Amino acid sequence: MEQPAALRIEDLHKSYGNTEVLKGIDLAVAEHEVVCLIGASGSGKSTLLRCINLTEPVTSGRIIVHGDEITGEGVKVNQIRREIGIVFQAFNLFPHMSVMRNVTLAPRKVLGQSRREAEANAAELLERFGLADKAAEYPDRLSGGQQQRVAIVRALAMRPRIMLLDEVTSALDPELVAEVLNVIRELAAEGMTMVIATHEMGFARDIAHRVCFLDNGVLLEQGPPAEIFSNPREERTRQFLQRIVDAGRL
Amino acid sequence: MLRSRGFWISTASTVVFLVVIAVLLLTAPGIHNLHEGLFSVQDMRAALPSVWDGFKINLKMMAIAEVLVLICALGVAILRGLPGPAAFPLRVVAIVYTDVFRGLPTILVAIFIGLGFPSLGLSVISTQSPFTYGVVTLTLVYSAYVAEVYRAGIESVHQSQTAAARSLGLSYSQTLRFVILPQAVRRVIPPLVNDFIGLQKDTALVFFIGVIEALQAAQDYANVTYNLSGLTVAGLLFIAITIPFTRLVDYLVKRDRRRTQAAG
Repeated sequence: MEQPAALRIEDLHKSYGNTEVLKGIDLAVAEHEVVCLIGASGSGKSTLLRCINLTEPVTSGRIIVHGDEITGEGVKVNQIRREIGIVFQAFNLFPHMSVMRNVTLAPRKVLGQSRREAEANAAELLERFGLADKAAEYPDRLSGGQQQRVAIVRALAMRPRIMLLDEVTSALDPELVAEVLNVIRELAAEGMTMVIATHEMGFARDIAHRVCFLDNGVLLEQGPPAEIFSNPREERTRQFLQRIVDAGRL
Repeated sequence: MLRSRGFWISTASTVVFLVVIAVLLLTAPGIHNLHEGLFSVQDMRAALPSVWDGFKINLKMMAIAEVLVLICALGVAILRGLPGPAAFPLRVVAIVYTDVFRGLPTILVAIFIGLGFPSLGLSVISTQSPFTYGVVTLTLVYSAYVAEVYRAGIESVHQSQTAAARSLGLSYSQTLRFVILPQAVRRVIPPLVNDFIGLQKDTALVFFIGVIEALQAAQDYANVTYNLSGLTVAGLLFIAITIPFTRLVDYLVKRDRRRTQAAG
C-alpha cells in the first residue's frame, strides 16, 4: 500500500563552514507516521529537524512537504513554517508573555485570527493538555514539564500538518518526563505526523512506527522499532544501543 | 520588640559617620563664607521664583527630548541590527552616527547647532528658537548613547527566542516587535534611566546657546546680588527631579519582575 509522503527529504546536505553535519540524508515520512530519530549527540538529529523547518538553510538537497518543494527559490518561508510545528529542547517560551499570549501570538499575527477566536482555540488546547488553570501564568512560574507542554500547545495552535520534536524531554527532571511523553502519545494516537529526535529509547520503541539511527551525519539504519532495538544490522547501531543499555536507559 | 544585632550596628555606624562629616565641615575655616555665599536661606528664597521659572524650561526640554530620544535611538538600534547585505549602507549610517555623537562633547554639539544653524541662513533650519536647538542637541547626543543601550539589550535576548518566533511563522519585523524588543527594553531599563538622568542634567548646558533655564536664571541672580545661593536652588531642583524619577522606575521594574518571575 503506497501512501503519499507527507515529507520527503532527498540527498540533504548541511555544512557549517567546513564541517559537514548532514552528509546526504534521504528520508520519507508518510501521512500519520511517527518517526523517531536516534543517535549520539552531534549525530545531526537536531540539525535535520531545523532544516526541515527551514530554521537552518540547507546546503544542498531537496525537502518536499505534501508534494511541494520547500527548499527551492522564491518559497514563502513563513507560509511553510506555520505548517510545520517545531518544539525545542529548551522550550523557548516567550518569558514576557502569559501562557495565553504565548499560545495566541502566532495565530493572531500570522493567521490573522481575532483575539477572541485565537483565545477560544487556545483555551480548548490548554484544557485538553491539563493546562487550563495556567493560562494567565507566566512561563517562569511553571515547572519544566508544564512549560514544555505549553510549547507543544503553542506549536499546535498553528494547526500544523507535521510536528517536529527536538529532544523535548532532555531538559526535564526525570519525574516530569512522563507528562510530556503522554502528550506526545496522545498526538500520535490522533494521527499527527511527527518526526521526533529523542534519547528516550523506551518511548521510541513504544510510539514510533519507524526508528532511524543517525550516525555522524548519515542515516545509517532504519526500520520498525522491534527490529532496530532487538536486531540491528549495523555494528554502529549495536554499539550505540549497547552504550544506552549500559547506562541503564533501556 | 527586640531589634537584631545588625540594626544596632548599622545605626551606630551611621551616627558616627554623620558626626565625623559634621565636625569636618563645621570646623573648616571658610565655613562662614560658604554658608553666606551658597546656602543663604534668604537669598535662596529670593532667587527661587526666577530659578523655578527657568527650571520649568528644563523640565519641558527633558520631557520632549526624552520622548524623541526613545524613538530615534530605537530607530538607530534597529537600523544597526538589520540583516542582509542590502541593508549594509543603513548599518554604516547608524554606526557612523553613534560613533560621532557619542564622541563629541555635548557642549560642542550645542554650539554647532545653536550658533551654527542660525548663521546658515536657511529657511526652516536657521529660524528656530534656542529652545528647539537645545532639544535637537540633546536628542542627537543622547540618541547615540541610548541606541547602544538598546542594541546591547537586543543582543542579550537569546537566539533561541528568534528561532522559536520564526518557527511559528512570524516575520523578522514581527519577531522584533513582539518577542525581541519587549524583552530587550525590560532588560535595559536601569542603564536607560542612567542616560536619562544624564540628559536631565545636561539640559543645563544649553544656557550656553541662550536658553534662559534654571542655571542661567541662577547666574543672573548672582550677577545682580553677588550671591551664589540661586545655584544651590537650581541644584536642589535637579536632585528633586532625578531622585524620585529613579525610585519610580525601580519600583515599576520590581513590580514587573514580581509579575513574570517565579518567587524566590
